[in-house]
Parts: sequence; C-alpha cells; structure tokens
Amino acid sequence: MKVTSLAFAAALAGSLFSQSALAQGTLRIAMTASDVPLTTGQPDQGGEGQRFMGLTVYDALVHWDLTRSDRPSTLIPGLSEGWSVDASDKTKWTFRIRPGVKFHDGSELTAEAVAWNFDKLLKQDAPQFDQRQAAQGRSRIPAIASYRAVDKLTLEIVTRTPDATLPYQLAWIGISSPAQWEKVGRNWQEFAKTPSGTGPWRLVGLTPRERAEMVPNKDYWDKTRVPKLDRLVLIPMPETNTRIAALRSGQVDWIEAPAPDAVPSLRTAGYQIVSNAYPHNWTWHFSRVDGSPWNDIRVRRAANLAVDREGLKELLGGLMIPAEGFMPPGHQWFGKPSFKVTRDLAHARQLMAEAGYTPAKPLQTKILISPSGSGQMQPLAMNEFVQQNLAEAGIKIDFEVVEWNTLINIWRAGARHETSRGATGMNYSYFIQDPFTGFIRHLQCDLQPPAGTNWGHYCDPEMDKLFNAIRNTFDPVEQQKVLEAVHEKYVNDALFLMVTHDVNARAMSGKVRGFVQAQNWFQDFSTITMAP
Amino acid sequence: MLKYLAARILYTLPVAFGVSVVCFMLVHIAPGDPLTSILPPDASAQLQQEMRALYGFDRPLPVQYGIWLLKVLQGDFGTSIATGRPVATELGRALGNTFILAVVATLIGFLLGSLFGFVAGYFRDSWIDKVASFISIIGVSVPHYWLGMVLVIIFSVQLNWLPATGAGPGGSGDWAWDWAHIRHLILPAITMSVIPMGIVARTVRALVADILSQEFVSGLRAKGLMDVGVFRHVVKNAAPTALAVMGLQLGYLLGGSILIETVFSWPGTGFLLGQAIFQRDLPLLQGAILVLAMVFVVLNLLVDIVQSLIDPRVQRT
Repeated sequence: MKVTSLAFAAALAGSLFSQSALAQGTLRIAMTASDVPLTTGQPDQGGEGQRFMGLTVYDALVHWDLTRSDRPSTLIPGLSEGWSVDASDKTKWTFRIRPGVKFHDGSELTAEAVAWNFDKLLKQDAPQFDQRQAAQGRSRIPAIASYRAVDKLTLEIVTRTPDATLPYQLAWIGISSPAQWEKVGRNWQEFAKTPSGTGPWRLVGLTPRERAEMVPNKDYWDKTRVPKLDRLVLIPMPETNTRIAALRSGQVDWIEAPAPDAVPSLRTAGYQIVSNAYPHNWTWHFSRVDGSPWNDIRVRRAANLAVDREGLKELLGGLMIPAEGFMPPGHQWFGKPSFKVTRDLAHARQLMAEAGYTPAKPLQTKILISPSGSGQMQPLAMNEFVQQNLAEAGIKIDFEVVEWNTLINIWRAGARHETSRGATGMNYSYFIQDPFTGFIRHLQCDLQPPAGTNWGHYCDPEMDKLFNAIRNTFDPVEQQKVLEAVHEKYVNDALFLMVTHDVNARAMSGKVRGFVQAQNWFQDFSTITMAP
Repeated sequence: MLKYLAARILYTLPVAFGVSVVCFMLVHIAPGDPLTSILPPDASAQLQQEMRALYGFDRPLPVQYGIWLLKVLQGDFGTSIATGRPVATELGRALGNTFILAVVATLIGFLLGSLFGFVAGYFRDSWIDKVASFISIIGVSVPHYWLGMVLVIIFSVQLNWLPATGAGPGGSGDWAWDWAHIRHLILPAITMSVIPMGIVARTVRALVADILSQEFVSGLRAKGLMDVGVFRHVVKNAAPTALAVMGLQLGYLLGGSILIETVFSWPGTGFLLGQAIFQRDLPLLQGAILVLAMVFVVLNLLVDIVQSLIDPRVQRT
C-alpha cells in the first residue's frame, strides 16, 4: 500500500513537473488590426501584420535581431546564413541559403524555392504570381532587377544599380513553401488556410476576422527561438475600449496600443505596461515647393525651437519620447548634429524676426492633419498643442483636417498636387527602420511624386550625394558613418518639424513573462511564457 | 393572395436595381481609395496607379458598374479587396452571426416592449403607465453603444460574469447553443434589444390605448366580459401592427449595428460593414449593402403576408 502510494505520488509529481516544464500556456493577444493579417507569406496590415503573421509563421533571408531591448535592432542572418557582393560588380549579390531548413509541410528550403518566392511577387506571368502579395511586397524590394538559383543553396540577386540597402529590403520578404502551394492545388486562397513557412510558429487555426491560432514549430532551425508557449492566439480587435475591456475581463492576456488615458488605471489594476523606443517619428513634413515659408531655414528652425515637447509628453501621460532629431535619441544613426532640437522660445522669436515676421505680421500657413490614423498617436490634441506652441513664436497655423486614408493619398500625390489644397505641411508619422524608409524615400530628388513619396518635393544635390553614398557603401562601418552624416543634415537643416517618437506601448496581464520588447516594429514571441 | 404576392415580388426588381445603382454610386463618390487596404502606406502614387489598373478601377464608372451587375446577376459578388476572400463567403458568415444576434435581440425587445406597452396602455395615466413609458423612452433615447460599454464595465470588467467580446470561446466558427457561447451573446443582445423594445412599447401602448377607447370594447364589457377576455381581444387587434413594427425592427437589426458589433467585436454584418467602410473595400461594401437592402425588402414582404394572414381585414387584391 505504502509502495503504491509512493509510486502514485512520484507519478503525480513527475506529471506535474513535466507539465510545468513543457506546458507554458496560451498567450492571447488583441491586435489593433481589423482582420487577421494575410497568411500567405507577405502580410498586409503594415508593421503589425509583419509583427504577428510575417515573422511568426515565416522567415526572411535577413532578420532583425530582436533579442535586445537596450539598443536599436540590427540585421542578422536569417534564411541566408551569409551574403556578399561581387567585388568587381557591385550589383551582383550572392546569398548562401541556410542548409537543412524545412518548411512546416516538411519540404526543404532551397535557393530555387527562394527564387520561386520572388517570382510570386515580381513576375506577373508566373503561375504562382499573387496580386495580393505583390501589392504588399513589390514596393519593399525596389532594388531587385533579377535573381536566380545558382545551385541548391546559392542564390544570386542582381540589383538595378549598386545598392547596399538590399539586405534591409529583403528583411520584408517572407518565404512560403512552393510544395505546399502545389499540394493545395496551386491556389493562394487555399494556401492561406493552411499556410507553410519556415518560421518558429505554425498556423493551426484561422477564423477570418476573428482569430488565428499558432503552435510552436518544434523543429525550428534556430533552437534559441523555439517558442516556449503551447499556443499563441491572435485576435483582431480594432476598437481601443474593446481591447481594454477584453484585457480587464480576462479574455485576452495582451493588448496592443492601449489608449494613453487608460494606462494609469491599467497600472493601478496590476497590468504591466511595456514600452520602449522604436524607429517611429511623428512629424510635420514640410512642403518645399516655390512659395512655401518652410524654404527658409530660419523658419524651420524657429518652429522646431518653439515646440514644448515636455509639455506634450505630459499631455500623453508620458507615452512618448521627445524628439531630439529625426531618429529617436540614442539611435545608431543619430550622429552629432550641431542644431539642438529643444524648446528655446526666445531664439525661435529672434529667428522669426530675422526672417521678416513680427508679432504684428506673423507667418500664417496651412497644415494638413488627420483626426486619427495608424501611428498618428493622438493627432488632434497633439496638433492643437503644437499649434499653440508655434503661435507663441509668431507662426500662425490653420489646420485642414482630412480623413486618414485621404491624407495618405494626398501624401502620395505630393505637395504640388491640387489635393494638397495649398497646404505647406502635413502631419505624418513615419516608419523609419531602415535607410530607405528612414531617410531616402522622404527627400531623394527622383522620388518626388508620382515616382516616390518625397511629398514636399525637396531636392538638394548634397543630400542626394549622401543617399548615393549610402547605396554605394558596402562596408557596414563606413555605411554607418554616412547614415550619421545624413541624419546630421536632417537635423541641422531642420528639414522636418521633429516633435516626438511613439513608444509602442502594450498592456499585458501579470502572467505574461519573459517578453523582451526590442527597439523595433517587430517583436519575438519565442521567449514568452505564461505564469500559472 | 397569389396575385398580390406575385405583384409584390415584381415590385422588388426595380427596388433592387435602384438599390444597386445607388449603393454602387455612393461607395464610389465617397472619398478614399479602394487600394488603401492592400497597399503598404509607403507605396508610391505610381505603384498605386499600376495596382488600380490591375484591379480594373481605372475603367469608367458605368463600365465598372456594368461588369459588377453582370456578375451579381450570376450570383458572383466578387472578391473582397482587403481579404481576397469571396464577398459571398464573407457576407454569408457575417449574416449568420448577425442573424443569431438580431433574432435574440428582437425576441427580447418584442417581449419586453409588448409587456411594457400593454401594461402602459392598459393602465393609461397611472403610475404604472409612467414607469413603463419612462423605460421605453429610455430605450429609444439612450445611445446603445454607450449602454453596451456600460454593461461591459459592469458585467465583464467589474463583476467578471460575462465575456466582453467575441462570438464564442473559439470564435463564431463553431457556434453552438450552449452556455459557453450563449454567455457571449447576452450583453450584445441586450444592448441591441433596447431600441426595438422602446419602439415596440410605444407603439403597443398607443395601440392598446386606442383600442380600449373603441366602442366594441365597451360592448364587450357591457356583455360582462372579464378583464382577461377583453385583454385577449385587445391583443388580437393590436397584434398585426405590433408584428409589422417588429418585422421592420428585425430588418434593421439584421443589417447589423456597426457600433454595437464593434464594441462587442461581434463578427456580424455591422462589424463587416464598418471594416469595409474604413478599408474602402468597394466590392464588399457594394455586395453587403445590396444584400442587406434585399433582406429588408424580403422581410417587408414577409411581414405584409403575415399581417394579412393574421388580420382578415387586411385584404390585398
């Protein structure tokens, strides 16, 4: 009897131990998206889509290092274990495909499979060409001219012109399984229901607009990133108050983007508020077309010196990082700009006086703003705050409020386009994670609309020279110096109204453990466990 | 009766055509770009134009309308731009979810509304009438999304009795009439029932008061009929109009409530429409509006038929 009891106790303890060692629980996340992001490899829903459906189910050739929270992320090898550019022909790149990687369906990753994925986005007559994925992916890889599998594990990519930013571009492209696509009848709609990538998570359940369920890919090639959780559930929940109610009623464990005014009560109720710097900025993009008052550097600097960023931080309950430049403070490309972005009203007034504006004759101009929008934070309150600040320096702002999607289209069309309604600036928040999205696209001469998104039609040969240097500097250390020089010019010339950076806040229950919030738009969920 | 039915069905054709033209034009007149939802925000105007051509949005509006109508007549509502899924599939799923919510909300609204209406009408000008009328006015006047949020705060956040969002523990895909699912239905259904409850209550109160003042009621009483007997006659007389009102309310509710379904993340037609509007998902928006309008037309027809069956005086020829 005693032996039986002991055996039973031992078995129970063993079972409990094995449960605690293996079962790390289910994490339920409420996203701000209104639908489960596209599951075929190239997710929609912007940065959030890539965060939850891109880098979970799929891998790219190049990854972001998301293991650290104390410094901005850098690029690391992903499905390519290394790459090099031809010394004699800087347009020719060789990527060594990581051997032994398997898709979730068991098929093998090869260079041929990667080339097949580029065809899926770029080659309209390829059987696997997918319009929806192409819409998402094409604009991410503008440098690519051609590609081919040299052998089973070697991929060659040729760029249109020498372009050292190619690895950043490739970090956007998820690699889907050609074998799975064949298996489901060469149909992306079917593939979306049972997708197959090489990522650390496998999608096992999908109810459109309601939820996606993932389980760990225990055979993941990077053993440090094999997920510890049993299950990850993603729930689209676009309404802020609904997300908060879901968290507080225990229906989810984690919500993205809690409203700033809800944060104190969530903290009081014992929820964790996790935030960190990341490459986002909230700016006014100045028009540089003829007649714009922002063509005068004194006016641009005066505006930057007039903004009370600490006051704004108070308005947002602390959920922002006051801008000191275009990149967040401490960013590796920040450099040492000589112009200090800070509040100095006296200096601002002096600059305005030098530019010919007086309190009796203030500068009056129009700025386009939106009442809401992805990444726009609290645009109405924030813009009104900045409007008051600028008025103190003699800059009288009139707002033209347009709906967010309309603003995006105006931004694409450019400041000269009639849709800009004579505005000389636009409140726009930017994803600034790589050299192209961070710097080049905003100000390169030949990226003025409609060719690109240089909304303000800025064109400075000196800046273009720096952009060319970024693209032609293949040594990472040297490239870093060029990027610093670009940022210094951004700040010294006060090319934008640099106001603030968001902190990517998320609220989660006290049970969520082990999350490291990287200074990045994307995050790694592999390290997370759930306390019992 | 058959002739009437045939005529009514024929009348729906021009209505459907009119609705299709109006909804097609309205969604195209609205500002915004249908490709917003599928293009990354940093896509250039040039790429936008290329994608516009790929999706056929560069064609003249009448051509686009003609192509769309031709497909709709063949039962093909097209494909959602935002999700890439067939509009019919999206709508079918959402309609099923809204149907569950709307029917339950209508039942609650009709039962409570009728109760308050009858009581108020029967005891007109008494304190019972005042209380019942007050409740019905509150039902019509209170913004339902606000009420929804208050119910969530009380019953989900504070008391933790009922879930705040969703259509079941695993989503709506595996809906069942068990407690695990019904508890998800309670708060949105109550919130949704408040307006029909108020409207039905006010209608029934007026009807009952009117019927009670008619001579035949005095006649019934003079013949010695007790209150219960009189009540039965009043109910029978009030039923056709009350049913018509309820039918219209069911029609409204089947259209889904964008606000209520968003507050509760209930994946119905209102939630779908809201998302389609924000994403400028034109095929989904056009399909959804057309189908919902037709649901409304068919419901009206059904209500007319039921009304004429219940009340022989409503003779249609």
